[in-house]
Amino acid sequence: MLRLIVGLVLACSINNMVLAGGDDSLAVRLDALAAAKLSKMPAQIDLLAGMDDPRAAVVLQALLDGQLYARKSDKRLFIATPAADKSLLLTDPLGLVQPGAAKKNEFKRIAVNNRMRSQLRYAIARANLQSPDPLQRQAAVLRLLDDLDPAVLVLLDEAAEDESDEGVLGLVYIARGMIALDSDDRLEKMAAIELLSGNLQPLVKNRLQQVLARDDNGDLLETDAVIVKKARVALAAIDSKAGVYKFLETTFFGLSLGSVLLLSAIGLAITFGVMGVINMAHGELIMLGAYTTYVVQLMMPDHLEYSLLVAVPAAFLVSGLVGVAIERGIIQFLYGRPLETLLATFGVSLILQQAVRSIFSPLNRSVATPEWMSGALQINPVFALTYNRMYILVFALIVFVLLLLLLKKTTLGLQFRAVAQNRAMARAMGIRSQWVDAMTFGLGSGIAGIAGVALSQLTNVGPNLGQAYIIDSFMVVVFGGVGNLWGTLVSAFSLGVASKFVEPMAGAVLAKILILVFIILFIQKNPRGLFPQQGRAE
Amino acid sequence: MASHYVQSNPLFVKFADDKWGNILLIAILLTTVIVAVGNLLVPPESPFHVSTYMVTLLGKYLAFALLALSVDLIWGYAGILSLGHGAFFALGGYAMGMYLMRQIGDRGVYGNPDLPDFMVFLDWHELPWYWSGFESFGYAMLMVVLVPGLLAFIFGWLAFRSRVTGVYLSIITQALTYALLLAFFRNEMGFGGNNGLTDFKDILGYSLQSDATRIALFAASAAALVLGYLLCRWITRSKLGRVLIAIRDAEDRTRFVGYKVESYKLFVFVLSAALAGVAGALYVPQVGIINPGEFSPLNSIELVIWVAVGGRATLFGAIVGALLINYCKTWFTGALPELWLFFLGAIFVLSTMFLPRGIVGLLHRKGESS
Amino acid sequence: MPVLDNMRAFLRREQIWDYLIPDREVMVQGPGGPILYVEDVTLSFDGFKALNALSLYINKGELRCIIGANGAGKSTMMDVITGKLRPDTGSVYFGKNINLLKLSEPEIATCGVGRKFQKPTVFENHTVLQNLELAMRANKKVLPTLFARLDSGRADRLQDVLATIGLEAEQKRLAGSLSHGQKQWLEIGVLLIQDPQLLLVDEPVAGMTPQETERTAQLLTSLAGEHSVVVVEHDMEFVRSIARTVTVLHQGSVLAEGSMQQIQDNPQVREVYLGE
Repeated sequence: MLRLIVGLVLACSINNMVLAGGDDSLAVRLDALAAAKLSKMPAQIDLLAGMDDPRAAVVLQALLDGQLYARKSDKRLFIATPAADKSLLLTDPLGLVQPGAAKKNEFKRIAVNNRMRSQLRYAIARANLQSPDPLQRQAAVLRLLDDLDPAVLVLLDEAAEDESDEGVLGLVYIARGMIALDSDDRLEKMAAIELLSGNLQPLVKNRLQQVLARDDNGDLLETDAVIVKKARVALAAIDSKAGVYKFLETTFFGLSLGSVLLLSAIGLAITFGVMGVINMAHGELIMLGAYTTYVVQLMMPDHLEYSLLVAVPAAFLVSGLVGVAIERGIIQFLYGRPLETLLATFGVSLILQQAVRSIFSPLNRSVATPEWMSGALQINPVFALTYNRMYILVFALIVFVLLLLLLKKTTLGLQFRAVAQNRAMARAMGIRSQWVDAMTFGLGSGIAGIAGVALSQLTNVGPNLGQAYIIDSFMVVVFGGVGNLWGTLVSAFSLGVASKFVEPMAGAVLAKILILVFIILFIQKNPRGLFPQQGRAE
Repeated sequence: MASHYVQSNPLFVKFADDKWGNILLIAILLTTVIVAVGNLLVPPESPFHVSTYMVTLLGKYLAFALLALSVDLIWGYAGILSLGHGAFFALGGYAMGMYLMRQIGDRGVYGNPDLPDFMVFLDWHELPWYWSGFESFGYAMLMVVLVPGLLAFIFGWLAFRSRVTGVYLSIITQALTYALLLAFFRNEMGFGGNNGLTDFKDILGYSLQSDATRIALFAASAAALVLGYLLCRWITRSKLGRVLIAIRDAEDRTRFVGYKVESYKLFVFVLSAALAGVAGALYVPQVGIINPGEFSPLNSIELVIWVAVGGRATLFGAIVGALLINYCKTWFTGALPELWLFFLGAIFVLSTMFLPRGIVGLLHRKGESS
Repeated sequence: MPVLDNMRAFLRREQIWDYLIPDREVMVQGPGGPILYVEDVTLSFDGFKALNALSLYINKGELRCIIGANGAGKSTMMDVITGKLRPDTGSVYFGKNINLLKLSEPEIATCGVGRKFQKPTVFENHTVLQNLELAMRANKKVLPTLFARLDSGRADRLQDVLATIGLEAEQKRLAGSLSHGQKQWLEIGVLLIQDPQLLLVDEPVAGMTPQETERTAQLLTSLAGEHSVVVVEHDMEFVRSIARTVTVLHQGSVLAEGSMQQIQDNPQVREVYLGE
């Protein structure tokens, strides 16, 4: 209802604007377009395309996409997309009024026929090919690849003349090849196939497959055996190249999963591995980190891009403090009773989950991804690395190295290791073992919090976030060998990569089951993990 | 780890004659009679009428008590903390559920006489091989015991032979039930996926909706619990029971005295899994559904805490703990659902820290001071 | 043609099937010969050789004391003999026929090697009597154990051992409530009741009062003769009071062997062990 009212108000204001903007030449053209009959429209389109106005290209694109509407009352043109509630979301191509919604039956869509569609495509491509942004120009060429004809070649040649961007030139090159494929000249055709061989554009592959198309009797349409052979070789080259990139992509996803596993497991590797404490609330400490990110973003809505930089230390502190509280309040009374520790910390995890449910609601909260982390590094048409996964991968490694340095190079680390190896002896040497315990536990928990910040960028943030990771994290630590940080690193990445490689074959759930079964069997064969701690047994 | 609490505590000897256990057994049998009479014979308007809802609730508690008993047998006596025992319970439940599904026949929504509704929905055309035989009650009951038993055998054989003990064992049992949870969520497994098995109509030809069937199921649960208790009592008091305690307290010593520790652990583990399977089979017809949620690691840990609260290494305590916590759960989820997990979490923390001997230990201490 | 050979063996009239051969009792040759052969045993942990080409022979009925500094390999040697650890190389035979390296801990215990741990380990939640009953020779498979009953002959045997270790008055007490010395004796009783041919006793008098030590010395000397006893001990006074033959271990192999006097006079031993 509210929307409708807004729409009406908008409609009135638009009326006024038309009067105000009467001297706008685009407005004049648009009015003419709206008034034109179907037979007169091509001429109007040409006029619009000839305008040196970026807004004109937008209008043409909307017309092509069937998103250009005329208001029945005054024939004013709007770009509109249908909304879920059967109203239209309007934007003014003249940019005079704010976007708004309106009733659908007050508008009429401007229809186009096939001839006009290719005319439009051509016009838009030409406009885009002149765009100052090389990415825009690349996109324009790509769009042209869809529907190639010799007229396009002229356009492309024109564009290539004063083109300096290599990406655009490469695409133009491909486009020429694809057009040449239609040539009747045998040699030209063969040269074109060679040119296209190994190119990863999906359209190129489609086009080459068309060369190998068969008629209804199953015979090849192409009669020239050499060309058929060449086309096959070219396709094989494309497939093998795509296969390599597929492999790289799977590896990247595997490493990305590995980095998440590493982040969530490494805190556990400290509390479980170094201290021998089973902390079932570890997953909930990760969850707290993710919720900390959420709260930080709530508190600084205007500086989202810096929110993660604030969230990392904040999550470390929040989870770390909760961890210290758990250690001082519960675990210190249960040392030497691992099964009891397990049960008690599980109780803590239930309490933390319910607390989050009560405070933030049981529903998932959405955490925004800052600008610099969204998007992807497009290496070629079939292979892209998403920035958020790359950052998290690097982040996980940084955390790992820092932790290693902390344990190896600082006094605190020395004390950790001393207490882990021989508590009584460490005490006798004047190390405050209780303080070291609390700090170790706080450190492990704090890292869990950091892991939560990273996870908030990849998955939904909800009260069950931690549960999803706790079993995986335990598996990583146990598989790598308890008490061995390097083992945890190797184990996290190998499990991550392995799951991603099993997934395409078996599906995500089955892959997870297979990995779990594998680890269960592995632990039974090697109870002390991949890299057992050095020293005498027991 | 050796648990010193029993030795410092004449309880072990005092309860050895199991006065409390006998009282509990008699109480269970009496309750069965009272509930049966109160539900079937006393008219609904009488204050002494026991509603069918109450019958089902109590029947559910008894199935849980049997489950707790099975956990106590391995944790309390043999020191094996399984965090995946819910898996055996669920497998038993699924075996029973498959029988009940086959009993539906052509009364399903799609009216297909050969296939359960969910298979018709998935456009399957024939029954998977592992579903065959489940139309027979006897076969299904055999599977209730065999499937969990077999899984426990394979898992235990691998784990105990490689001497996976303590927390490692706990963690991989948890991984086991988690893997099964994921597997049973898959439609392709042929167990109804997410929704599980439900819409049961009757058992052995008797409608599951009728009061008499409900009472019969309740009585069956009571009987299973009593028999399970007697079986566990016999085992724990035999020399084998003493070997189990010896393994729990000093595994290496037991080995050097000449006992194959692995075989003993495997024996109780399989037995306990089969008991859990029976509990699951009794649970399913009473609640009318079995779904993958029963495999969730949370369930398995929760049932460990029943035993811990009641008092591990006393069979009596396991049953008391299961009944008490489940009563609390019913009460909380009805009155204060928000607070249930806070309460359960607090129980976990407090009972491990302050009640290492469970409620049974508390009762005993009270008896001492008076 | 292994198949053919198997067929022939199958058809041979005097064929004796493995499963028909009765479980053999420990075959030990006449008095005086060795009962335990440890030959050329090496075991390393991550490059550190805990046992280095160790060879040791224990005669039947002998009481042997083994001394050595911490880390000399005493407990590791016990672990190898009782099957807890497997050596990298070498052989360990019990009697002439039983290869201990092929048996598991319970099998080794069943064929007659008893072990007492360094830290007294008894079943704390069982009574003294139950401790002995559990250890007593019997079929220790699962189902026979489930149905086991105690007959009067066995009950008498329990009382005999109780008398030997002097814990008759404590038989109904939980083992966990015994004093340290009593636990040590109970553990020795647990060994005795298994009727072992060979007793491996790790530091039996650690933490004992002088009186208790003296009684333990008497107990162990009285056991020798009927059983072979190997004692690992730090307490030189105690070793001197019971020892006939002493073996000195150093860095995983035997440094010297002989009577107490010989050992004390051995310059190498004086150098590495007595620190002179």
